[in-house]
Amino acid sequence: MLITVGVIIFLSLIIGVALGISAIKFKVDGDPIIEKIDSILPQTQCGQCGYPGCKPYATAIANGEADINQCPPGGDDGIHKLADLLGVDYKPLNQEHGVPKPKSVAIIDEKTCIGCTLCIQACPVDAILGSAKHMHTIIEKECTGCELCLPPCPVDCIDMVPIKETTENWKWKYPVHKLKVDERATP
Amino acid sequence: MISNQSPFVQDTTSVSFIMFLVLVALIPGIMVHCFLFGYGILFNIITASITVLIAEYLILKARNYPVKPFLTDYSAIVTGWLLALSIPSIAPWWIIVIGSLFSIIFAKHFYGGLGSNLFNPAMVGYAILLISFPAIMTKWPSAYSSLSFDEQLKLFFFGMSNYDAIASATPLDYLKTELLLNKNIDQILAEPIIKANPLIWVGVAYLLGGLFLIYKKIITWHLPLTYLLTLFLIASLFSLANPNNFAPFYYHLLNGGTFLAAFFIITDPVSGPTTPKGKIFFAFMVAMLVYLIRIFGGYPEGIAFAVIFMNICVPLIDKLSQPKVFGHD
Amino acid sequence: MKLFENIFKFNGGIQAETHKAISTIERIKKFGIPKKIILPLRQHIGRLAKINVNIGDYVLKGQLIANADGNVSAAIHAPTSGHIESIEKLPIPHPSGLPDFCVVIKTDGKDIWVDKKPIDWKKLGYQKTVELLISSGIVGLGGATFPSHLKLTKKDHGAKLTTLIINAAECEPYITCDDMLMRERIDELIKGINLLHDFLEFEESIISIEDNKVEAIEKIKKAIIHEKNISLKIVPTIYPSGDAKRLIYLTKGIKIPKNTRSSELGIQMFNVATIVAIYRFLEFGEPSLSRIITITGNIKKPRNYEVLFGTPLEEIIIDAGGQKINNQTFIMGGPMMGFALPSIQVPVTKAMNCIISAEPKMLKNDAPVLPCIRCTRCAEACPVELQPQELFWFSKSKQLDKVEEYNLFDCIECGCCSYVCPSNIPLVQYYRFAKSEIIEERQHQEEANIARERNEFRLARLEREKIERAERNAQRRAQTSSDEKSKLVEEKRKAIQEAMQRVNKEGGESL
Repeated sequence: MLITVGVIIFLSLIIGVALGISAIKFKVDGDPIIEKIDSILPQTQCGQCGYPGCKPYATAIANGEADINQCPPGGDDGIHKLADLLGVDYKPLNQEHGVPKPKSVAIIDEKTCIGCTLCIQACPVDAILGSAKHMHTIIEKECTGCELCLPPCPVDCIDMVPIKETTENWKWKYPVHKLKVDERATP
Repeated sequence: MISNQSPFVQDTTSVSFIMFLVLVALIPGIMVHCFLFGYGILFNIITASITVLIAEYLILKARNYPVKPFLTDYSAIVTGWLLALSIPSIAPWWIIVIGSLFSIIFAKHFYGGLGSNLFNPAMVGYAILLISFPAIMTKWPSAYSSLSFDEQLKLFFFGMSNYDAIASATPLDYLKTELLLNKNIDQILAEPIIKANPLIWVGVAYLLGGLFLIYKKIITWHLPLTYLLTLFLIASLFSLANPNNFAPFYYHLLNGGTFLAAFFIITDPVSGPTTPKGKIFFAFMVAMLVYLIRIFGGYPEGIAFAVIFMNICVPLIDKLSQPKVFGHD
Repeated sequence: MKLFENIFKFNGGIQAETHKAISTIERIKKFGIPKKIILPLRQHIGRLAKINVNIGDYVLKGQLIANADGNVSAAIHAPTSGHIESIEKLPIPHPSGLPDFCVVIKTDGKDIWVDKKPIDWKKLGYQKTVELLISSGIVGLGGATFPSHLKLTKKDHGAKLTTLIINAAECEPYITCDDMLMRERIDELIKGINLLHDFLEFEESIISIEDNKVEAIEKIKKAIIHEKNISLKIVPTIYPSGDAKRLIYLTKGIKIPKNTRSSELGIQMFNVATIVAIYRFLEFGEPSLSRIITITGNIKKPRNYEVLFGTPLEEIIIDAGGQKINNQTFIMGGPMMGFALPSIQVPVTKAMNCIISAEPKMLKNDAPVLPCIRCTRCAEACPVELQPQELFWFSKSKQLDKVEEYNLFDCIECGCCSYVCPSNIPLVQYYRFAKSEIIEERQHQEEANIARERNEFRLARLEREKIERAERNAQRRAQTSSDEKSKLVEEKRKAIQEAMQRVNKEGGESL
């Protein structure tokens, strides 16, 4: 009887020590699931999901506060990837948060700009160059198309322009051929 | 081919051409069968062809698919013919009709239609018939009775109450029952029912058809050669170890529709594996299973169940037998 | 030994009708100087060339009008003398049909050469010669347009170059420009081979040619009788034997591994036209200004032309008599890998090796596309030993990570799989689509990473500014002593009182 108790205490000590060591040695900094969700999100930082940026939205999803279908720039593809990652069912995009739009970049009408810096403060990725009473301009390559600079502008001089197809960014389209009578022919 | 992108030239082989050549390769076997056993088999074939076309038409319409390209690709007719050749030629008309309906509707279209069926449709139809109507499915035309055309026709449509005069068991079936009665192999092989059985010649005719298919590059050598080789090896192994209870290899090779299976049934492209190594493994396993079912199983002929069982394993076989790409190590 | 001559055979490939006879009857015709020359700035793999002329400038034949931008780029030269008329976006031969930047030269017909001098590479040395070659504008003229100076490395990863393989295969049906070049200019080719042989210090040079080019083989055999360094290898006529890795396997029996350049194993390959271009540059100082192009197919007078780059294609088609059966469709390249031109109002570029006027049977679109029956003819035909049916299923269902896993990027888009498919499935279209999607996704991922970094930096910056502001306020508050503080408050109160009195007085007066 005593031996049994002794063996069990001994085993639990060993296992406890092993767990303690692995808890310290294999400790992961931060919550990896948030990073994984964040790497799927498109980083537009537009806030259409209801959270101020992609990382807060990722955190909310990880905590179960937000649903996976609130990101319009990520589109259906993004929702599918999130569903696969988290092991939940896919659901279509929640239209309350916006509709998917073609990727656009913002452009400032330089004749109208008054140099107020309100748009510079609004841009989540610092893609606007300029300072007080000096011309503002948007660095096209860095603009994510989030549209957060449009509301603050007092003279409404910012427009969203869809990205044009050139020989550099042209890509082959999904092949479509007529075989079936019903709408299953279209992708 | 969509000709707004390359390639702008195309080889002329089409699905219907491939299926047509398969039908052509079956004709020698059919002719030999007719010559030896009468016209019963032709009724089955004709009924099968009509039934499969009607079944395919109806289900294509129900699925809202265009009818013409699928009806003219002859794939349904190949299924019908293979089923008709697997069942006894003196079976009544409703056997082949039920089998064809099950093959086309359940085994082919319920899984997605051409190119999507998981199991070999003809074998599914055969398995359903074998399990549902075991008595009729074991009555094969006897070697000694030669029925006239009229008699065959009457048999086909109205059946008969007593088949004993014209029907008998297949050699494999006979072998199995006699072994259970503890008879010796040599004794069994000497019996006239086995010795003079002309079904062997039908098998040889299928062999010739199969070689024609390989010559025309419709099928590759991997599946038939592996299947026959494996069956030969395992049958020899068992019969050499215990010649009293296990029939020699030529018995297994020449009886039971082995050549029909080797060249026409296991080579079904849709339900079979797609890699060369996968094909060899698949044929090897089918042969092993066939032999095991023949010896230890409840049925005298195990092709249908062996093929259906291996069909389940095909996606895994494909995944694990991917060949090496040029330049990879 | 004859028996072992062709023991290395790559898997698959197809043997289609070659259709080469119709364009090899006539000799190469030198096409004259057109009225306008349109030079796209993108005629090569790599970065766009940088223009160094202005509108209105007068340029001479062979004058450099656009520099190579960096290492992976090529220069552009004026193919004849004239004035720069404009620099604008014009239609170019590209499958998208989109326009791109072009330099337009209005020719003056005088064809005056710039001061060209032969290049004594032996005196200049290896390094300087390669630098000069960067400004020669020479790119691979087999259709790939890879800048040739990048292939003139003497050593790659420490491996010394041993074998030069001259790609004379020209495996695609209809194309005969290399064949005619070899028939008519074999001495230039041999001189070029010898030059490269000495320049890069190869140990052996092998000309690999398909066995259907009988005349060219005879000419080569005669020309290399006394050449100790050059040998001839005749390979069987199977498409795509002209693909670089396949041809190396046929010639030397070596399979170049994935992600490895052939130069890392000591083998370098050049197209015959590229070798002649390099020869002419070093021997006469002539930059890359023209090429031989085959006009064939459904055309009244099929033949090969020697044309200046930038020549409007329409003029050449008119000279060839126009289409026999009018269907307005022209294919650039071969029938297996080429693409349909959006129109013939495009200029001739360095990549244009052949124009096929589409035969009616090439445009027949009525055969339906049936589902895949898993017959694996495509896998048997694939020269890269891939599994095209798996790639098709994954591309069709857009499972892009699985397509990559099944080695999609090894696919050379040769078209053998689509050619043999009995269900008429356009397999290569699916692979091109999948490749485009994967590359775009990678790009988006990179852009997203940059956006994430910028956002995190911005948030960190705002935090930092907040902390700095709080510190500054705390410091200021701490510095101000209590006396000074009450004095400030007193002064402020007095100023407010005076202002209120002023307001009340004014308010009273106005009322």
